[in-house]
Amino acid sequence: MIAPENVKLAAPQFVTTPPVLTMRNMAKVYGDVVAVDNVDVTAYRGEVLGIVGESGSGKSTLLRMMNLEEQPDHGNYKLDIKKDIDNLFELDRFAQRQIQSRHIGIVYQNPHQGLLMKHSSSGNVAERLLIAGERSFAVLREKASDALASSEFPLTRMDAPPIELSGGMQQRVQLAKAIALEPELLLLDEPTTGLDVSVQALVLDTLKRLQQQRKITMVIVSHDLGVIRTMADRVMVMKSGKVVEQGLVDQVFQDPQHPYTQQLVHAKL
Amino acid sequence: MKLKSLSKPWEAVSYGFLDASAKREIRRKMLKAVAVPGCQMPYASREVPMARGWGTGGLQISLTLMNPKSIVKVIDQGADDSVNAASIRKFLTRVTDAKSTWDTLEANLIQSRHRIPEERLTRDQILVLQVPNPEPLRSVEPNMSIARQMHADADYSRMWLQLYEQIVRSGRVMQGASYPSMVNGRHVMTPSPIPRWDVPKLNMAENLTILSAGREKRIFAVPPHTKVEPLVFSDVPYKVEEHHNLTCARSNLQGYFMNEIPNEDGTSSYEVSDSHLGIKKLNEEDGDTNLIGDTWYKNGEWQS
Amino acid sequence: MTQSVLEIRGLEKSFRMHHLDNQLHAFSGIDLELSQGEFVLLKGANGVGKSTMLRTIYRTYLPVAGEVIFHSARGRIDLARAADIDVALLRAEEIGFVTQFLVARPRVAAEEIVAEPLILSGKSRQEAIEKARHWLNVFGVKEKLWRAYPTTFSGGEQQKVNLARALILPRRLLLLDEPTASLDVGARSALVNRLGELKAEGVAMIGVFHHPGDVQELIDRTIDLSVETKPRDMEPLNVAV
Repeated sequence: MIAPENVKLAAPQFVTTPPVLTMRNMAKVYGDVVAVDNVDVTAYRGEVLGIVGESGSGKSTLLRMMNLEEQPDHGNYKLDIKKDIDNLFELDRFAQRQIQSRHIGIVYQNPHQGLLMKHSSSGNVAERLLIAGERSFAVLREKASDALASSEFPLTRMDAPPIELSGGMQQRVQLAKAIALEPELLLLDEPTTGLDVSVQALVLDTLKRLQQQRKITMVIVSHDLGVIRTMADRVMVMKSGKVVEQGLVDQVFQDPQHPYTQQLVHAKL
Repeated sequence: MKLKSLSKPWEAVSYGFLDASAKREIRRKMLKAVAVPGCQMPYASREVPMARGWGTGGLQISLTLMNPKSIVKVIDQGADDSVNAASIRKFLTRVTDAKSTWDTLEANLIQSRHRIPEERLTRDQILVLQVPNPEPLRSVEPNMSIARQMHADADYSRMWLQLYEQIVRSGRVMQGASYPSMVNGRHVMTPSPIPRWDVPKLNMAENLTILSAGREKRIFAVPPHTKVEPLVFSDVPYKVEEHHNLTCARSNLQGYFMNEIPNEDGTSSYEVSDSHLGIKKLNEEDGDTNLIGDTWYKNGEWQS
Repeated sequence: MTQSVLEIRGLEKSFRMHHLDNQLHAFSGIDLELSQGEFVLLKGANGVGKSTMLRTIYRTYLPVAGEVIFHSARGRIDLARAADIDVALLRAEEIGFVTQFLVARPRVAAEEIVAEPLILSGKSRQEAIEKARHWLNVFGVKEKLWRAYPTTFSGGEQQKVNLARALILPRRLLLLDEPTASLDVGARSALVNRLGELKAEGVAMIGVFHHPGDVQELIDRTIDLSVETKPRDMEPLNVAV
């Protein structure tokens, strides 16, 4: 591989935006497949970090690690939450789940993974609040409908089970569930891949609006460059478990440095 | 010393039917269950001469706890005279030479299916409840391993979610029997399919309650003076069945849990579910006095 | 003495095309200083690298060598080496880029697109939308189009939306890449007025204009890239993406 010769390591000169997520030396091997190979990630407060790469590039494994669903072989993971924890991966499973359910929201590509399909949509959102200890029915109702409204979900259908809803609506329920507790970090795993193009635009639009209103820190994984270009401020390009390039989204798309990124960008229709 | 002095004469069946090692296992599991209130302890659940699902769990506990001084009462949905209760009572007394009774106050061991007697139990009594499905999370998490993790994490949000769903769909909590309850602030258990009416009787009770599921091979317990709190939303109060104003057609008792008997003309009449309480009332009318002990409910109102 | 906004020293840009195994040279040895309220015109023949230079300053292109010192409200920073997150922050607050092309998100109303920078800078939605309408009006976008999606607009209308969005918030530094290209006369004069206003407020600007006559009275200095840069195996570059 040709080394990207004119990539300068950008040293922060003043970082006034604090990092929310800091991952160092993340590594994960499945059998003899290196899924994630010593990857560093930083996501700053209020930004949208995109991760692109083809299938098998390790981007989804990385996202699962961010959601504490996957334990790495080694690596350090810090989240800017009130508790002072050096490495989330050194916590026990119980503590990890506490953090996962209170501080991290996730929207999966497949709504079946993120939702209870036969419970009501509002119930799906309420579950997150229940995990956090909310025990008033009226408050649950109110907060669930607030979150659904923020996801631009029609409240007349708030008690319909997701199985009766369209794909776009299911993603909105997932989103409402993810933001109900106002998490520090919102993870999006190919959030619009299963949707047809017109619905895709609507969901992305909702995400963008929500991001701007609430300044949520988002990490979005997609193989769709268009989605990343619309959503992200910065982007990381992954290949075979490594980050081959990262930068501002317009820079990576318009002046890609690495041969793989150049191929990827030029392959776009 | 002769070998004979170390052994007992041959018997067709061990005392109390179960062999000594089975009883030992159950005793140990009961101790564990008492030590961690509401937590389900697995046990081997031996074969007994009764089909699984007909009270074999309760039966094994009773057989283990009984001795010749025991006075046992067996009820099935409040009745001492149902076939199932009668068969279990006969079997228990036959294999242990213990006495049996229908009177809650006289018994020191009460095996019950789906009811807790209306008269207050005391510290000298043990209540054994037969449990069909010991896992309160079964309906929300079919995977037993994950359910156990949820217990370990005290993650009961799915149980609350179930209540939420019931209120959303029906306007009220629909859970009737087996109302999920938090024991000692830590484990959620099913109190066996007793009606909501009976759940408060477990809270801070004087007596020990052992719950046992023979088919599912689980024992759990509510020791005396242990908190048992039904799961409720802070703004949706717990409600027991509205039997406060119903009158028993046979005994004229009022303010206890009733069985509904449909009449030919479409109306209903009611009979007190705790059948021996009704018998006591009738005997009092025939001249006996002070047969009925202290009850948890008086005039249909809970007495704390 | 006006305050310096931008100091460029020895700036160089070339593109490495891996699939051609080739290096395309854009420009090198650029020096430039820009103060508050100053308007610099970049000129030169087609392909001399005017737009490329603007994009290099904006960090859409990574410079190969040189410094781009920007005197931000937060301090001095070299844009050529600054962390991405810092550049992103500066773009949101202090550095604006006006192109001839609008990259509109599908299904977002024109007024929302224009109001976005204000909302991001913390203004209330109501206030931002009102300002957005004002500027759409100034640039001559008809009222019935305010709530329509710009993706359906003609090139000229899109360009007006783009200008309204780019100029709604006063920046410290504004990079103008042929903003007048497809504008009608009315919009063009509105643009020149607005640029004049911004200049008076102290906004420093570097611009590329096909017809510099439009902005003649604003220009303080002209830099001819064909003279400044030292061409080496120059190939005409067409890197508009």
